[in-house]
Amino acid sequence: MSGRALRRHLASRAMTAVVVVLSFTAVLALLLILGDLVLKGASSIDWAFFTKSPVPAGQSGGGVANAIVGTGIIVGLAALIGVPIGVAAGLYLAEYGSGRLGFVVRFIADVLNGTPSIVVGIVAWTFIVRPTHGYSALAGSVALAILMIPMLARTTEEMVRLVPHSLREAALALGYPRWRTSLKIVARTALGGIVTGCLVGIARIAGETAPLLFTALGNLNFSVDITQPMQSLSLQIYVYATGPFEEWHRLAWASALVLMGLVLIISITARWVTRQRYGRIR
Amino acid sequence: MASDGRSVGRSGRTASVSPTVRQSDSPTPVVESRAYNFWYGANHALHDVTIAIPPHAITALIGPSGCGKTTFLRSINRMHDLTPGARHAGDILLDGGSIFAPGTDVVSLRRRIGMVFQRPNPFPKSVYDNVAYGPRLNAMAAPRELPDRVERALRQAALWDEVSSRLREPGTALSGGQQQRLCIARALANEPEVLLLDEPCSALDPIATQRIEELLVELKKTYTIVIVTHNMQQAARVSDYTGFFYVGHLVEFGETEQVFTRPIDDRTEAYITGRFG
Repeated sequence: MSGRALRRHLASRAMTAVVVVLSFTAVLALLLILGDLVLKGASSIDWAFFTKSPVPAGQSGGGVANAIVGTGIIVGLAALIGVPIGVAAGLYLAEYGSGRLGFVVRFIADVLNGTPSIVVGIVAWTFIVRPTHGYSALAGSVALAILMIPMLARTTEEMVRLVPHSLREAALALGYPRWRTSLKIVARTALGGIVTGCLVGIARIAGETAPLLFTALGNLNFSVDITQPMQSLSLQIYVYATGPFEEWHRLAWASALVLMGLVLIISITARWVTRQRYGRIR
Repeated sequence: MASDGRSVGRSGRTASVSPTVRQSDSPTPVVESRAYNFWYGANHALHDVTIAIPPHAITALIGPSGCGKTTFLRSINRMHDLTPGARHAGDILLDGGSIFAPGTDVVSLRRRIGMVFQRPNPFPKSVYDNVAYGPRLNAMAAPRELPDRVERALRQAALWDEVSSRLREPGTALSGGQQQRLCIARALANEPEVLLLDEPCSALDPIATQRIEELLVELKKTYTIVIVTHNMQQAARVSDYTGFFYVGHLVEFGETEQVFTRPIDDRTEAYITGRFG
């Protein structure tokens, strides 16, 4: 092997090694977090943890059923508000957003995407909690939906743009009006990607705490009334982890593990949907 | 965008003095363009194209890349409507009526003029749904007649025997040649009068190409066919009439045999004998 070839070979090896080490470091962070949670939280997870509401401080036992159900309701409601608006905005941006209005919408979405979530929480407090004179799960859902909409709009736009132009033309040439082409052909074809985007968005907001602090507030009792304060896993972790009781810390770890598991399940589902999608098209 | 009556009249005279365009002696043309000009922004892509496309025949449009064949083909069913910066002058007639006339419904125009593209582009749906899309949209068939119509279109496209047991499979799972025939079936299901094909075989192997060519010869009994092709042997094999485009001009148009054996224009001769292009 000549000197130059050898040098190239060594450089290639060195770069590969660097990349492998860096990738491993990135994955290591996730593994450490997950490992720590399992170590400290798994032992506290039993049937009561999922089925019982919290008991008064100082007593042992009890669970976080109220927080699990609360997270489900708050996030579900947020998705109900956010998904239609976000997806519709994304479809608009991709199909009709070449003009000035498209530019403005895209710009606002980008700014909103970068807005700290606690600011969104304050906005929801100002416009919903204060006028209605009460904290509520609904206010929390609105705050989460606001976080979700720009994310969904941009991912939907990307996914719709990936649909080959030839499919649009095929539909137009069959006599499809433009709006029907957008809905029946383009959006349907991009559906897998759009669903993935929604799931990733839901996974992201499921773990949010800051926007819920001044909106859903938290609730130590079991409640499914969306006009009243409601507990969520993230709020539960916040309260328990900063509280003085050993029992609370234990439950905080367990709650963190459950929340992490939930987010992981949603993310894996998103992956699966993506795989299905690429399996079907070409 | 639509031209007024005066420009149509003027263009009619322009056509009659154009020396190299032989008007076909066939009956009334189905598609007719009169001094049709087209611009992409500042780029003048088509210059005074005047052509009369005879019914129940295959008309091939040949010429080097970028000479305007496809642009002209896509003008016939107004696929340029959504192209930013596109504009035109002159007129194109379908059965004697201007396709640009105010009040022309683009949707029904495209139902009458089917189109098949360069690359097979089936929808990511089942074979059946691909063919049923047009009739469903245009509410041409009662739902219970739909299966018959789909079968008829697939038979016309010589695809039925290969896919009759695979109607529920995705159209994208077929081979390239089958996909292209599926696209032809999809266009035929609308029962158009004219079928436009934009280099339909350029992505196919020779055997699939041959099948499509045989199919076209069969289809011309029912439909008027216009095909853009880069393949001169293909034009010579399948077409009855040939138009030669060069840098945005229709240089020559006539019966295929004449154009290929006794071209009038030097540029046509140079092109078909392979001296350029």
